[in-house]
Amino acid sequence: MRRIRTVSLVAAAAALALTASACSSSSGAKSSSSTGPVNLTWWHNGTTDPVKSLWAQAAADYTAAHPNVKFTVDPIQNEQFTTKVPAALAGGNPPDIYQQWGGGQLTSQITSGKVMDLTSAVASWIGQLGPTAAGWQANGKQYGIPYDLHVVGFWYRKDLFAQAGITTPPATMDDLNADVAKLKAHNIAPIAIGSKDRWPDAFYWDYFAVRECSTDVLKQASKDLKLDDPCWTKAGNDVKAFLATNPFQTGFLGTPAQQGVGSSAGLVASGKAAMELQGDWELPTMEGLLPNGTFKSQMGWFPFPSVNGGQGDPAVALGGGDGFSCTTGASAACPDFLKYLASTAVQDKIASQGIALPANPASASKLTDPNLQQISSYASKAPYIQMYFDIAFPTNVGQSLDNAVADFFAGKGTPQTIVQSVTNAGSGGK
Amino acid sequence: MSEARVTAGMADTIPAVAGDKTPGRSGRAAKARPARPGGRRKRLELVLLLTPATLLFAGFVLAPMALAAYYSFYNWNGYGTLTSAGLSNYTSAIKGTNFQHSIWHNLIIVGLSLVIQLPLSIGLAMLLNRNLKGRAFLRLVVFAPYVLSEAITAVIWYQMLQPSGFVDQILTSVGLGSQVHDWLGSTSLVLYTLFVVITWKYIGFGIILLLAGLQGVPAELREAAALDGASSWQITRHVVLPLLGPTIRIWIFLSVIGSLQLFDLVWIMTRGGPAEASNTMVTYIYNFGISQQQYGFASAVAVILFIICFAFALVYQRFVLRRDTEGALTRVVG
Repeated sequence: MRRIRTVSLVAAAAALALTASACSSSSGAKSSSSTGPVNLTWWHNGTTDPVKSLWAQAAADYTAAHPNVKFTVDPIQNEQFTTKVPAALAGGNPPDIYQQWGGGQLTSQITSGKVMDLTSAVASWIGQLGPTAAGWQANGKQYGIPYDLHVVGFWYRKDLFAQAGITTPPATMDDLNADVAKLKAHNIAPIAIGSKDRWPDAFYWDYFAVRECSTDVLKQASKDLKLDDPCWTKAGNDVKAFLATNPFQTGFLGTPAQQGVGSSAGLVASGKAAMELQGDWELPTMEGLLPNGTFKSQMGWFPFPSVNGGQGDPAVALGGGDGFSCTTGASAACPDFLKYLASTAVQDKIASQGIALPANPASASKLTDPNLQQISSYASKAPYIQMYFDIAFPTNVGQSLDNAVADFFAGKGTPQTIVQSVTNAGSGGK
Repeated sequence: MSEARVTAGMADTIPAVAGDKTPGRSGRAAKARPARPGGRRKRLELVLLLTPATLLFAGFVLAPMALAAYYSFYNWNGYGTLTSAGLSNYTSAIKGTNFQHSIWHNLIIVGLSLVIQLPLSIGLAMLLNRNLKGRAFLRLVVFAPYVLSEAITAVIWYQMLQPSGFVDQILTSVGLGSQVHDWLGSTSLVLYTLFVVITWKYIGFGIILLLAGLQGVPAELREAAALDGASSWQITRHVVLPLLGPTIRIWIFLSVIGSLQLFDLVWIMTRGGPAEASNTMVTYIYNFGISQQQYGFASAVAVILFIICFAFALVYQRFVLRRDTEGALTRVVG
């Protein structure tokens, strides 16, 4: 076993054409003392402002307070993490701090033996983050720290709702279906969706599952990767019934989620569709597509409606978050820096600049956008936040779930095939 | 791919010829001493010139191929240890309907290229070979799409093919509103939509290749045929086309290999969707291998794709291209 592993490390390094230093061991080289000079390499996905300058400032401020700790900050395009992190962890010279979304991917990364166990280092303060921190745990240990929180829900246009004579946002699926019919009667595309990217489809199946399944069943699913309970198939049936109402824009199977004004986010921002089931990140996404747009004052938010007869608590939310992990070669300054990022000093900025919902509830009061305030209060009342299943499950299982749901949206497969895709991938099938 | 092979073949030829000559010369030079260091210098020169290319080729082509073959027998998610998978990666790929469909989609593209692109290229090339007004401009127009990168082509067409986008508006404005379809969102149509874009992009390359081939058809032969009373169709059919044969055969080779390796355009325009209706072998590798971090499985599919391409290349070279290269490359190489 051991020999094979060495071969795989060398092989991965060669195959991915990494740096020549990839095979050397770096763990001994770094000082673990907190007083000696320390340099921390930091990979994050904030390639654009405001996140880019937020992190640059955070690193500078931390260095000012701890002159022995310097940073090499390396903003990396979001999609590159899926290939760069495995390669870096397989090689011998991973970054000290890197972007971490938690869930099943974190569990996979731990098997590399290169992700730092933060449990004892953060024990004294992790409690202030509340239940959010659980998404970055595996086997009862803390392997990462979230800095923000995400919640999925319906964004809608107040002006288009008014035009169709809808006075209050829907609270049940029956309400939603009635509103879809009203919007259609006024020739307004009721809901925009970016099915080309597949994961937006999964949000619907995810939320129906959250409404149909009890919290215990939800929690168990990420552990044994078996969807035996009939509630999972009911979720698929709900999707089927919802698709039958034809709620989406024409040609939705070819629409991307976030690229261009023709994307689902762009359609809502430009007033061509009335609703979209998306994360709290929707407003900054829209601003990127339609700078100086007038949509902001027209946007409202409501949680995913309740489902008749569902076993799930209607207050349970679907979401996730962004965080960071340290690697085993990093100095003790690394967990301390993550503590700083989770403290109100940084969290207040995340909230007040409207970047995201802060992971630290103490900073939630600093949110200025009324929609984000509403989402934040919804999240704080949620008894449980189910992490999006494609992240909560190991990557192969999560992606095969997304593929199966996307196929179902395009008319291929059944509610059973969605359930089977998880069970099959979970047991090692391809 | 073919260019690389031809170049490699030529690189092989040069040392072979040099090797033939050296013994003769050194035999004569056995008495005349100064020639010996010359031979050594020649060998040194060869080593110096060939080593960098050989190292790069071995490091970036042969080694990754060998590694992919190695990984294909293991399950590996990118972290931790490899676990032996035997042949299961291959069997589950070959048995999977999505993989079979992906191969089928590739074959449809190959078939359509041969049936539609080839006659179209030949026709346009012959047209552009005539003394038309503005011929240079027309050639430029036809060749322009080929210069664009696949990514740019994909983004442009992606925008134009959106519902009520440019294409739909044009169709409606010329009274063909009934022909407006969900170009990229329909599972039955998406592959053919992609084929049209591929044709738009690559037809210029075929035309330039065939124009070059037409330059090699001697005017005397056409004149002679015309004097003998051949109609212009007969001249085309019995004089021009046979002489274009080598060019057409090379085009087919490039087109088939290109169709089998199709990725960028499909990935950007559809990601293989909807419902896997436009997956090619390479987007399948990406969707079901890389995205799902099943690197062993992805490697197995990559090996299958390699075997298909390699087998085609060998068979085609041996049975079709051989007559074009007979005496030039084939004798020395094999």
